[in-house]
Amino acid sequence: MRILPPLSKVGVSGRGLVVTLPYLWLLLFFVVPFVIVLKISFSDVDLAIPPYTPLLEWVGKNSLAIKLDFNNYAFLFTDPLYVHAFLNSVKVAFVSTVLCLLIGYPIAYGIARATPTTRNILLLLVVLPFWTSLLLRVYAWIGLLKANGVINNVLLALGVIHEPLNMLYTPFAMYVGIVYSYLPFLILPLYANLEKMDWQLLEAAEDLGCRPWQAFYKITLPLSRNGVLAGSMLVFIPAVGEFVIPALLGGPNALMIGRVLWDEFFSNRAWPVASAVAIVLLLLLVPFMMWYQSVQARESASAR
Amino acid sequence: MANSGEAAKAVPWRDPNARAYVEIDRVTKSFGDFKAVDDVSLKIYKGEIFCLLGASGCGKTTLLRMLGGFEMPTSGRILIDGEDMTGVPPYERPVNMMFQSYALFPHMNVEQNVAFGLKQDGVPRGEIAERVATMLDLVKLGGFAKRRPHQLSGGQRQRVALARSLVKRPKVLLLDEPLGALDKKLREHTQFELIGLQDKLGVTFLVVTHDQEEAMTLATRIGVMDHGEIVQAGTPSEIYEFPSSKFVADFVGSVNIFEGKLLEDEPEYVRIGSEELGATIYVSHGISAAPEAVVWAAIRPEKIFMSTAPPASTGHGNDNIVRGAVQDIAYLGDLSIYLVKLPTGKVVRVTQPNTSRHAEAITWEQQVYLSWDTSSPVVVTR
Amino acid sequence: MNYRRSFFITTCLGVGFAFLYIPILSMVVFSFNASKLVTVWDAANSPTLKWYYSLLHNEEILDAAWISLKVAVINASGAVILGTLAGFGLARFEQFRGRFTLNAMTTAPLVMPEVITGLSMLLLFVAMEQLIGWPAGRGITTMTIGHMTFSMAYVTVVVQSRMSTFDIALEEAAMDLGARPVKVFFLITLPIIFPAILSGWLLAFTLSWDDLVISSFTSGPGASTLPMVVFSKVRLGVSPEINVLATLTIAVVTVMIIAVAVWMARAGKAAQASAE
Repeated sequence: MRILPPLSKVGVSGRGLVVTLPYLWLLLFFVVPFVIVLKISFSDVDLAIPPYTPLLEWVGKNSLAIKLDFNNYAFLFTDPLYVHAFLNSVKVAFVSTVLCLLIGYPIAYGIARATPTTRNILLLLVVLPFWTSLLLRVYAWIGLLKANGVINNVLLALGVIHEPLNMLYTPFAMYVGIVYSYLPFLILPLYANLEKMDWQLLEAAEDLGCRPWQAFYKITLPLSRNGVLAGSMLVFIPAVGEFVIPALLGGPNALMIGRVLWDEFFSNRAWPVASAVAIVLLLLLVPFMMWYQSVQARESASAR
Repeated sequence: MANSGEAAKAVPWRDPNARAYVEIDRVTKSFGDFKAVDDVSLKIYKGEIFCLLGASGCGKTTLLRMLGGFEMPTSGRILIDGEDMTGVPPYERPVNMMFQSYALFPHMNVEQNVAFGLKQDGVPRGEIAERVATMLDLVKLGGFAKRRPHQLSGGQRQRVALARSLVKRPKVLLLDEPLGALDKKLREHTQFELIGLQDKLGVTFLVVTHDQEEAMTLATRIGVMDHGEIVQAGTPSEIYEFPSSKFVADFVGSVNIFEGKLLEDEPEYVRIGSEELGATIYVSHGISAAPEAVVWAAIRPEKIFMSTAPPASTGHGNDNIVRGAVQDIAYLGDLSIYLVKLPTGKVVRVTQPNTSRHAEAITWEQQVYLSWDTSSPVVVTR
Repeated sequence: MNYRRSFFITTCLGVGFAFLYIPILSMVVFSFNASKLVTVWDAANSPTLKWYYSLLHNEEILDAAWISLKVAVINASGAVILGTLAGFGLARFEQFRGRFTLNAMTTAPLVMPEVITGLSMLLLFVAMEQLIGWPAGRGITTMTIGHMTFSMAYVTVVVQSRMSTFDIALEEAAMDLGARPVKVFFLITLPIIFPAILSGWLLAFTLSWDDLVISSFTSGPGASTLPMVVFSKVRLGVSPEINVLATLTIAVVTVMIIAVAVWMARAGKAAQASAE
């Protein structure tokens, strides 16, 4: 019968091993890449493979020169294209988030208030599109919105319009696409939050003289704050860097930073500029990601 | 109640030469600045049912978990059957625990649950099957071997948990609030079953509970805990009849406590003058206290006589008699609780068994006399 | 529990679900349309299965599907191992060095735009190739690594959430009965949280199967996945074969979800019924 060192807890040696593997993996394949992106953002385009100049260079026998080229960043901030792209992305993401909230909150609320059997069916119905490829669902909207697409054909047949509406390759199409794709990401965390609510609080409020809408505004809404924030972040943050939807639905004038990054990288082979774009985008989003983390931490703390 | 069939058994805690089976030696557990268990020392003897009794947060569960190996003491030692087990993990201790939630493995049936511990010990399969079957019969779950936990009632689940812990023949069985989840009738029935089981198997039980009735029924000895310390340890009757402090007197059962000053302090008796009471208390045993000290006399409700006519003398003039008016009555079937308000404002709790259906029952507002025996009050100095 | 069937809420639910499903249904309907223009219904020749036939003989798409399948299966299996370890560790061990970092690393991929993750991973592979010669060129390996990195974050969330409702007394009871921590994990914890792990696997599989952006960045010549092929096709406009693909995908997903729902309902009912 052994006696363990007094201050060790049960199984402490095993603990380290359990988390080491995922920790190292993520460190190598998730964190280190960002360092590399940072490094390349400071280099210059080069006609070489890989297409960028090295950061460290041997100058003479014993000195190492670090060449930090800030041109890429200067370029980003002076060229109106990039500034517009960043601002537009934030605007689009923000508006989409608001729209998702307006459409998604009643849905999440309706599901949370339903009877258990209905609730499960409704949840399955919300989750089903989520499991179907995003690409294909966005593609569906091409078919619906284009000049000889379903919506135009129906409206023309009904006589509501006399000429096909120009819907595809417009900002409108992009909003529709983003809201459509990200709606489940808002509904699910919001539903998770609403489901835990004590509905008797509303009954108590009404018993004390509150009208239903007031009760919602004063009780349900504040209590669902964490769910609203979590869902909003899950829509806003990825939407800022969204690429597929602007590419397929937005048309050439839809200036989104995700698309800009892609074009710089694949079309222009301008790796350093693309890296700089990525870094700036990351810096822009990090505060929101930290906010999301703190909301999650608060939610799990209150659940305990 | 326990040990009733074994009057011949020695009383090991009175024997200075008896060796403790479980010894808790100056154990402290701190979480940061907070001391959950504060310098506790305790000796538990083989074959006992020892109950740790206390309110939530008093440290009893922490102490239990340290015995089980799920927490490590910040300082102090724990010895089981003479061996130092302080740093030993749960899977290497000859101790088993019955959890409050029973913790039955939902993906295994009853048989597999009970056999689990034996499998971990590498017991041969034939022997496992035999011991499991015997144990299930013992807890009266013979035909339930293939059932799953979710198919059992609360009482049946508890018996599986019990069987699972006992089949390993541990030196000590730890029970965490064993009867808390059962309804009243089932609880009473299970209490006696537990005692019978313990008697038969001879395992030492350590029970943690906040329910003093449970403790009084099950225990050979009770340790009352408050704020991480054991404030008194003794047999149920010792704890009840001779509490060592106001806290213990009040915690176990109901009690009337009267504050007063020592008027006379002799070896065979003391007299206490209590303003609260508005009378003098005569107690027929000596106490040790400083002269003119403030003391408290604790008198149990069932030991107070209530009558409409003045009682026959208690032998000491006007000591141990007061008058009051009945303020409230609670009828509980087998007994009634009366709250009697004294002229001083103090309310005294009196219980009387309803031994006959009187025509002249005592009612509200009635003037009554309260009196008690000289041996009834217990004097506590803290 | 008294709930109020508000007309407003019911309407919202109706409109909301219509919004979600009309595009899906339209794709399914038009997959049977004979016209190459997809959305112009050719009443004379429809409904037809000719596009189904054409899709199932399209070499490019079949090859891409096969690659997607391989990547998705390997990715899901790897992600489940990494994610379960991380989820278990984060849920059970309250304090350990690097906890904050691990937590941050497993939640960041959930929200980060894929263009950033994809770009950064590609640059890592290029740098690694320069430094140590591996990975030699991009292809299935690099793509799988890329997928696993973001999939495991999702699996971690699922497992961590399941562990938070897992009664720790079960693990303590097992230890009390003589099982060492590793055995406890495999004999007790794992079997009980298995449904969560399975759903994590399915989630990781789906994320990989559908992924476009990270695949595009981390893949190489000759390793085109199904979404990459679909994307190049739909950039040019609608295509009836894509409608067919969509219909098949939806059919498979629907069947699986209904199967899971029925299985869960039956398991739940059995547990309830025999508990009486």
